[in-house]
Amino acid sequence: MSADLSSDVVAGNALAALTIAVPRGALLTETLDLLDGLGLDTAELRSNDRKLLFEDVGALSVETAEAGTADVGTKDAGTKVSVITMRPSDVPTYVEAGAADLGITGKDVLLEQAGIEGRGGGREVYELLDLGFGGCTMVLATTAGENAAGEHAAAEALRRLGVMRVATKYPRTALAHMESTGRQVEIVEVKGSVELAPLTGLAEAIVDLTATGTTLRENGLVVREEIVYCTARLIANPVAHMLKARAIDDLVCRLRGA
Amino acid sequence: MRELRLITDAVRGGFERHGYGEVWTPALEYESVLACADVAEAAPAYRLIDESGAALALRSDMTVPIARLVSTRYAEAPLPLRFFYLAHCYRRVRPQRGQSRELLQAGIELIGAEAPEGTVEALTVLCRTLDGVGLKDYRVGLGDASLFRTLMERMEVPEHLRSGLLDALAMRDFVMLERALEQAGLSADVRDSLLEVSRSRGGLEVLEHAPGPVADAVAGMREVGERLPADVALRVIFDLGLVRNIGYYTGAVFEVYDPALGAPIGGGGRYDELLGRFGRPLPAVGFALGLERLHIALAGEERGTGAMLQ
Repeated sequence: MSADLSSDVVAGNALAALTIAVPRGALLTETLDLLDGLGLDTAELRSNDRKLLFEDVGALSVETAEAGTADVGTKDAGTKVSVITMRPSDVPTYVEAGAADLGITGKDVLLEQAGIEGRGGGREVYELLDLGFGGCTMVLATTAGENAAGEHAAAEALRRLGVMRVATKYPRTALAHMESTGRQVEIVEVKGSVELAPLTGLAEAIVDLTATGTTLRENGLVVREEIVYCTARLIANPVAHMLKARAIDDLVCRLRGA
Repeated sequence: MRELRLITDAVRGGFERHGYGEVWTPALEYESVLACADVAEAAPAYRLIDESGAALALRSDMTVPIARLVSTRYAEAPLPLRFFYLAHCYRRVRPQRGQSRELLQAGIELIGAEAPEGTVEALTVLCRTLDGVGLKDYRVGLGDASLFRTLMERMEVPEHLRSGLLDALAMRDFVMLERALEQAGLSADVRDSLLEVSRSRGGLEVLEHAPGPVADAVAGMREVGERLPADVALRVIFDLGLVRNIGYYTGAVFEVYDPALGAPIGGGGRYDELLGRFGRPLPAVGFALGLERLHIALAGEERGTGAMLQ
């Protein structure tokens, strides 16, 4: 049947290979464990932290074809997989452009790059799966202690000056949170060591991601609001999701089962 | 510019061979005209005020201006009407490769032709025009804009949840979709079949294996699939989860993909209720190709590089 031929052409030949964008940093180890679980060889990925492109880390053998996926019961040698590594915040960029078919990154990154409600401009990537690991909370934190009225530093600034300054690496997420709660904010964008901002008077509060709260505590900061809980997500390029449907569905199915 | 000219010539030739006539409309429309159509994601973004104080907008697509044209200048013309255009449209996008705020589109509108024949004709013109341009590895995803909505009605998903679920599907945010379905308090059966539908894509077997209520809902897609000429059928991948982010689509919707580019090259669908808003109710179908994206895909295929061709 002609339509079957079409999906075979699509799922076969040059399109059988998958490129996966993997985040360096906090999510790396668990991501590699996940790839191990799929039968891929991550030894070099673990040992060489300067290399960025790992061609052919193994193949995903097609086990059982699920009902509803593109092709049923076809046997082949499996899908060749390449891995590229990068900062987590670059993963959506590569996946959106199709330079990687799939990517793993934090929900915090996706939220920050999601564009602004009603104004578009978000990344065109599909979110396929919540991988469950890398759990972190986006919080608003200030210095410990309250004034005589029981207000923390940011609340006091808001009441007296009408605006609070918030330092963050996540300006869009912070702005969206303050707008949705109806508060005036001046966002101070920093690239690192956010905790320093309230200690030095650069800002009254910070919006940042925290897993255990240790760094916040060590710098004398207190969580005042929890904004959103974030975990690692599997994302896909829209065209790859269509043209490599079988390989991607198979991978998602196995990750679900894992 | 020489390459782009070759492409536009080939596209124009392809449309003309299928009996389509070129139309031209102004880039500026009254904002109220564009507001008649529910273009959602492609809402006009750039406005100005004329000397009498009327609000004008730069068109965001050609479908709405042509719908206006049909009800005014072609009110008495015999059907079906076959129009094509090569025109700039203006959208609110993040400018990047293959996506400018001023984009050059080439497309057709087939007005007064019902499903499935009209849809088959549009898909045929689409594929044969792309063949004529010399694009080799493209595929056309074919879905139905009303499919998920129909299923939610039949499966009695509470009404207040439906638009949220459709939004998640339109974004292909499967995590959000799954979570929303879990929280909706639906039976496991309903939940699983909606999730299954959102992910089903492939050949005709996707339609044949569809369970119970889904099988009825995909009847329209099957009718189209069975009538496609062999060379066109070869290009089509059925995608039950395809929802385009434009509100005026009523039935079949489609998108064009090429492995040399990470984003769709174009798309279209049926808009059987749009013409009625301009006073002449007629079934219609059309598509538009982004010529910059088509150019990038052609160049990528030639070099054997690009998104998925490393």
